[in-house]
Amino acid sequence: MPLIDENKLTKSKNRNQKIAFFLFASVGYFIVTILVAILSFIVYKGIGVINWNFISQMPEEGMTKGGIYPAIIGTLYLVSGSMLFAFPIGVLAAIYMNEYFKDGIIKRIVRMMTNNLAGVPSIVFGLFGMSLFVNKLGFGDSILAGSLTLGLLVLPIVIRTTEEALKAVDDTFRQASLGLGATKWQTTRRVVLPIAFPNIITGLILSIGRVSGETAPILFTVAAYFLPKLPSSIFDQAMALPYHLYVISTSGTNIEESRPIAYGTALVLILIVLICNLIANGLRKYFSKKVKMN
Amino acid sequence: MKNFYKKFSERFIEGLLMISSTITSLTVVLIIFFLFKEGLGVFNKKPLEEGYAVVINRLNSVGKLNAEQIKNIYDQKINNWSELGGANDSIYLFRMEDISNYYTDEQIGENFEHLPDCLNSIVDSIKGVIAFFPEKYINKSFKGKQLEVDKVSLKEFFGGEEWFPTSQPVSQLGVKPLIYGTLWVSFGAILIALPLGLAAAIYLSEIAKGRVRRIMKPLIELLAGIPSVVYGFFGLVIIVPFIQQAFNLPVGETGLAGSIVLGIMALPTIITISEDAMRNTPRAMKEASLALGASKWQTIYKIVIPNSISGITAAAILGIGRAIGETMAVLMVTGNAAVIPTGILQPMRTIPATIAAELGEAPDGGLHYKALFALGCILFIITLLINLIVEFVSTNRKNTKH
Repeated sequence: MPLIDENKLTKSKNRNQKIAFFLFASVGYFIVTILVAILSFIVYKGIGVINWNFISQMPEEGMTKGGIYPAIIGTLYLVSGSMLFAFPIGVLAAIYMNEYFKDGIIKRIVRMMTNNLAGVPSIVFGLFGMSLFVNKLGFGDSILAGSLTLGLLVLPIVIRTTEEALKAVDDTFRQASLGLGATKWQTTRRVVLPIAFPNIITGLILSIGRVSGETAPILFTVAAYFLPKLPSSIFDQAMALPYHLYVISTSGTNIEESRPIAYGTALVLILIVLICNLIANGLRKYFSKKVKMN
Repeated sequence: MKNFYKKFSERFIEGLLMISSTITSLTVVLIIFFLFKEGLGVFNKKPLEEGYAVVINRLNSVGKLNAEQIKNIYDQKINNWSELGGANDSIYLFRMEDISNYYTDEQIGENFEHLPDCLNSIVDSIKGVIAFFPEKYINKSFKGKQLEVDKVSLKEFFGGEEWFPTSQPVSQLGVKPLIYGTLWVSFGAILIALPLGLAAAIYLSEIAKGRVRRIMKPLIELLAGIPSVVYGFFGLVIIVPFIQQAFNLPVGETGLAGSIVLGIMALPTIITISEDAMRNTPRAMKEASLALGASKWQTIYKIVIPNSISGITAAAILGIGRAIGETMAVLMVTGNAAVIPTGILQPMRTIPATIAAELGEAPDGGLHYKALFALGCILFIITLLINLIVEFVSTNRKNTKH
């Protein structure tokens, strides 16, 4: 009789592995199922509500009837406003961080600050935006205040994705350009940026998805509960999709009656996010193929 | 000349880039400044509504009370001045609506022009009286004594067990219920998300075939893209009724509902970061283990997991951070009762949800407003600590590797 029954050992080893692998695989599929469940539930309930009138008309009768047009427009304004602010600054900052900044303690501090900003809860941005933009600078509850708050929130994300895009550019390109006598900025503008461009745009689109769904930062900086007219300037209040969904699902005058509108709003919101993600993913794939072919 | 122009524009652009890169740091500094300027202001204020006064008889030797004592008087838990260091007189609570027991409408006057005199004589005639009314009714001939109320103290703020900022006559600003609520909901969430997330991360990094991985990973990342208000809405219409029925509760808006929703929301963070750490396990180590006859599973739990433990820790901490700071989803499903919770199946209220729910009603610059900013400070410090810990853990990992 051998000291260790090898056959038995192998068997139990294989059995354990099978059980463990089965468990892990099921968890993986379970999580995907959660996603599918959330999405299909909202699509199922919301698809019947959405039609041209729903997205092109004003809300009516205490938001139990009518459409969500002003909320869509408000979100559009907020997204463009915050991106106009965050995208250029974020890209410029990322270029400096990746191409110019010399390694050292200051760079580490700046990077740490950026990471910290990315970790600040969105409601704290709301507080900050309210005390700085709304009260101190006197913008009041306005699209301007909301856009700036959202812009600051999304700035670290733009910086991070842009930096990653710049890092992915092979150093030989830079060396070749510098070797030919180009200056640092010429190299960055003519060589590095064009190659990194698709990935930067991908980051931009993902940021748009993020901004369009944020609620907490706009609660006290721009959002209006019920405003059946379009904002006429950047100093006006505006409705916004995520805030609209929050209000009609928790504190509307008649929650039961406005449920269909809530489902419809949720679906529109999810569609925006999904489309942004799909475009970003598609772009990423398309360009990575193109690079490989070259 | 051309060279000079070139050099100048290079410098100019570099300066512009540098300024842009400082904006995030500047924002952090500004956030700290504004948050703490407003938030610390709470400790400079009395927990009394502005323009109101608490008055007692002038013969009463008590001169100063804190918020809790006044509240206990009004809740009739303290009934004798001797409990507060005064003479042995029972406390007589005078409320403004009681005035009709003493004076007719005519005596008070059509436009309340005689009200100050009426109040004066009431306060002067009852020895154990305590009354709370607007300061403007105190006239020159007032014979009572205004009680001094202590400013909000750190001890009251962090040790107080009641959060009721609009309570009369004194605001109750104890953050304990909110901190406990936040901790219950967040730790519940991480208990759900950590095992699931780790299992999925192991599956994605070590077991799944390339094609499955390529499909599953973007789907899981998509979970992170869904707006929190949509999670909240989903929780409200599906999870809340489900919990109500499953546990036979009067309301389904409980800490558990919040934990489940937050758990789902924390999954992508945990999966992406821990999967990253696992995939960074050196191939040589895995192959050595396999070559020694270990099964794949043995290799995973003896080699891959111990090797990536710092990444997994970082994932767990960041997951908790995400849960603690999340606002909208929690606000919509946890029921928002500001009571110290004793179990996960109770309604509870977190710090961010409190800010979101109450800031709209708090007058600018008032006590309530500042108290909410102080909550923001707490939240900011927690997330700052979490970021620093994660930074520390991950630099440690890099150092041990080389």
